[in-house]
Amino acid sequence: MNKKDEVLYSQDEYKYGFSDKDVSIYNTGKGLTRDTVIAISKIKNEPEWMLEYRLKAYEAFEKMPIQSWGPNLDLIDFDDYTYYIRPSDKKEKSWDDVPETIRDTFNKLGIPEAEQKFLAGVHTQYESEMVYSNMLQEVEDKGVIFLDTDSAVRLFPDIVKEYFGKIVPYTDNKFAALNSAVWSGGSFIYVPKGVTLDKPLQSYFRINTERMGQFERTLIIVDEGADLHYVEGCTAPTYSKDSLHAAVVEIYVHRDAKCRYSTVQNWSSNILNLVTKRAKVMGNGLMEWIDGNIGSQISMKYPACILAEEGAKGMTVSVAVASKGQIQDTGAKMIHLAPNTSSTIISKSVARCGGEVNYRGWVQHGPKAHYAKSKIECDTLILDKISKSDTVPLNRTSNPTSTIEHEATVSKVSEEQLFYLMSRGLSESQATQMIVMGFLEPFTKELPMEYAVELNQLLKLDMEGSIG
Amino acid sequence: MEHAKLCMKGEIDMATLEIKDLHVSVDGKEILKGIDLEIHDHEVHALMGPNGNGKSTLLQAIMGHPRYTVTQGSITLDGQDVLSMSVDERSKAGLFLGMQYPQEIPGVTNSDFLKAAMNARLEKPIKLFQFIKQMEGAIKELEMKPDLAHRFLNDGFSGGEKKRNEIVQMKLLKPSIAMLDEIDSGLDVDALKVVANSITKQKEETGLGLIVVSHYERFYTLLKPTHAHVLVDGRILVSGDASLAAKIDTEGYEWISKEYDIDLNSKEDTYKRISLGSCAAAKRG
Repeated sequence: MNKKDEVLYSQDEYKYGFSDKDVSIYNTGKGLTRDTVIAISKIKNEPEWMLEYRLKAYEAFEKMPIQSWGPNLDLIDFDDYTYYIRPSDKKEKSWDDVPETIRDTFNKLGIPEAEQKFLAGVHTQYESEMVYSNMLQEVEDKGVIFLDTDSAVRLFPDIVKEYFGKIVPYTDNKFAALNSAVWSGGSFIYVPKGVTLDKPLQSYFRINTERMGQFERTLIIVDEGADLHYVEGCTAPTYSKDSLHAAVVEIYVHRDAKCRYSTVQNWSSNILNLVTKRAKVMGNGLMEWIDGNIGSQISMKYPACILAEEGAKGMTVSVAVASKGQIQDTGAKMIHLAPNTSSTIISKSVARCGGEVNYRGWVQHGPKAHYAKSKIECDTLILDKISKSDTVPLNRTSNPTSTIEHEATVSKVSEEQLFYLMSRGLSESQATQMIVMGFLEPFTKELPMEYAVELNQLLKLDMEGSIG
Repeated sequence: MEHAKLCMKGEIDMATLEIKDLHVSVDGKEILKGIDLEIHDHEVHALMGPNGNGKSTLLQAIMGHPRYTVTQGSITLDGQDVLSMSVDERSKAGLFLGMQYPQEIPGVTNSDFLKAAMNARLEKPIKLFQFIKQMEGAIKELEMKPDLAHRFLNDGFSGGEKKRNEIVQMKLLKPSIAMLDEIDSGLDVDALKVVANSITKQKEETGLGLIVVSHYERFYTLLKPTHAHVLVDGRILVSGDASLAAKIDTEGYEWISKEYDIDLNSKEDTYKRISLGSCAAAKRG
């Protein structure tokens, strides 16, 4: 065991479970009405069309029931959340100008250090708005726009208006409607034609006020022939009351473009994480979702690719780890609308200490998706007798030339594997961790190295004390 | 638990594994019916006998496999009670089992695994440079491909590669008593020599004591057993020195059958496999 591991092993509290004193100078109070929506739009000084959009979404939200499938969400009381909080007056460009309490939090998260190594630019969402943003010259010089979505609405209204809400309309589901009505923050990225970024763009998100909802809205446009890797990381402090996170992510991958969106969410165990993520992929484009779910109380997340033109490709590689009191209901959707489109889904799930982890997937080959191909691989590892797992795949093809391959395995850590590793001197918990890490390797190898290391450490920390 | 008898250079000054009246059951069925055996450092014990008579059971029970229940008797290593130790404690106390069927662990690299296993028995973690040097040395000695360190543990290895990898592990973990369960099966003639030479080298360097199960006289010839035991129906029927191994090689087990009035015919299939080893040895002359 190396020294870093020992430090992690010795902690039994949630790693990032610290919280700062409340620095908000404005919030809308608890509950959601038409006036709340108007107030949010007004604070943000938004154009009229966005206010109209929010209000239509609010009406839809009011009418729409919560979906009937998936985990039970009866515990949600929409009147009990705060829908908008602004942490400080203005955005900061220099690290030194960021208020000290906020800086402390980020220091604890190690952001400046991370930045040096892997980041081409950082957007850090603190509560509901960006307070710190830094762009490397290289990215700016290439004409890439990397902003919080609020600023993008003001600075690039034409682009935002063209794409906003087109892949995930507010009528999609109740939480998409909620997000559309009260959204705040999130990232806006535009990569111009033919531009390739050498390093990933990255953003940290963080919920920091009790009982507040976080509704970031991310919009990414990768123009023809361009290439983007965007990395989103989430850590949240531990609170005893429920907190709602309902994000919407829309990504446009134009002809011959490529986008990879990597994220590992590690929300504290009281967060409801209900996210709609969807990409539209044009001719010969490629969309890759690398999606890790370790934290939260309930997660519902099914990153989707709409393969709209010939030769478009989609891939989702995901990991879900559910422990005591957690439900990870995650998966992927691949909607093939054009000929010679292809998709791959690799899902790795781990359930332990009574956790519940479900794969829910939908692969659809439409009547025009001639010679479409899909490959789905779902592997589940169950570590004890009280945890559960379910696989709910829906694979449907409407044409005779396309193929869908589906493989699913459910296994437990075998006695022989444990004996083998222990016979070399590893303790039972070390051996179990090693087997689990190995099981998740097809996912971790897709992450930037720094993230892979962090994920392994989080999982080790998470598993310590639960075994043996 | 530290292995107290391991001195700085990795040399064992003394080691004794003592097994007394060992009875072992699997699912309520008694497999071992009273085994007495004593192994010291620098010794090589050939554990012989037809298949299905308890050789693997004995080795796995000594290592602490959860499938086997010890119902009677004792095992001690240098006076320490082995039976009260968990599997990893037995390893750290100085025992090693080279397995007949090494497990595959996908996603875990050989080097990550080995480093963790070495660090498990060290107070301070091994320095990376030292580790790489030792690992590369072992890989070279076993004449394996250099990418072994980065491949997943036994995942997709050929039978021979798995067995050689067991010896790589033994080299790095430096046990005081090692048990090798058909470690030579799956190895071709050249590989057999490489593995045997490596084991012998370690024995000479560290004073390692060995219990070796094999069906091939060739392997025993290379390892030069100091002792031999024939295990039949859960008991050690005959014990002797190297000449016993040689006698079995030339005469098979029939004389045991006659001398001890035991019917070995029920084990006919495995008996034939053992004879094959004898033929190979006979040709060698």
